[in-house]
Amino acid sequence: MSASRSRTTQEVQVGQELPPLTHPVTATTVVLGALASRDWRPMHHDKDFAVNRNGVRDIFINTPNNAAWFERYVTDWSGPKGRLGRMNFKMKTPVFPGDDMTFSGRVAGTAVDAAGCHWVDLEVAVSVAGKAHTEGRIRIALPADDSDNPWRRKGADWKP
Amino acid sequence: MSELTATPDEPLPQVVRDLIGKPMYEERTEFPIEMGYVYNTCAATQNGNPLFWDAQVAAELTGGQIAPPSMLSVWMRPHHWTPGATAERTPLKTHFDLKELCRLPEAIVTGIETVFGEPVRMGDVLTMRQIVRSVSPLKQTRLGIGRFWSIDVETVNQRGEWVGTETYTCLGYRRPEAQS
Repeated sequence: MSASRSRTTQEVQVGQELPPLTHPVTATTVVLGALASRDWRPMHHDKDFAVNRNGVRDIFINTPNNAAWFERYVTDWSGPKGRLGRMNFKMKTPVFPGDDMTFSGRVAGTAVDAAGCHWVDLEVAVSVAGKAHTEGRIRIALPADDSDNPWRRKGADWKP
Repeated sequence: MSELTATPDEPLPQVVRDLIGKPMYEERTEFPIEMGYVYNTCAATQNGNPLFWDAQVAAELTGGQIAPPSMLSVWMRPHHWTPGATAERTPLKTHFDLKELCRLPEAIVTGIETVFGEPVRMGDVLTMRQIVRSVSPLKQTRLGIGRFWSIDVETVNQRGEWVGTETYTCLGYRRPEAQS
């Protein structure tokens, strides 16, 4: 999606797949994300701690940074008018340096609420070597047409 | 964590029951919301959304620069150190209270759900409060005997507008070797 335009719900169908996004994870990826999210816990920057205290093989991506990656992934698809309403996910297996993490998504449903807001429900996942490490759902408001803008909604007109 | 069986329960301590539904630890963000952390987050995730990089796009679509909604929890985390601090400063204090009161020394976050309200704008000062919503009976899990609890973190801005609610689902547990 170009920076100048956003996807409208007229371009969305249930079952539609979002283009996958693969990113090679390094120690820098993990540490950048942890510090950007003000998460100072050592398992996200200190390999000795991660190995000896957590019993895992390396430092790993933290939860709030995982959320930020999901936002990036979904708004790459929606364009800047896409407005997150709700996000939930479970991190079942950590993502470590050396992993290629692949984001995937699928349109699970669409709806228009009583205030006229157009919603798209997405099933999203982060996989490594074909195995889902994190799975979740995201509800995002998209414009109904090029004149609509979900960011203008406030109060009773915004019910995620 | 999906394989659970009931285990002979010990009653939930009254002090824990008293916490349920009670707003606690109302706190303000330690600094006004600023673009520096927004850029750090966008750089860390290679997020090129023009809302966060182009002030003109932000002015047009959102009436000014905002933070990515998924950064909501970022603003509640304390500095790692401040003058006079004598111990590690931790967010989500009710989670640590429940570990101690339930005598469950280990804990993990098993799920998180965030609902987003008004956008967080540059210069905003946010106020958060924590509310324990539920604490389960004791369960046998793969990690050990423990309890699941859920905690809401509700956030409003300086205008009193709701900007979001995060719900953390956690498992506090004792390792099997520590249960005797």
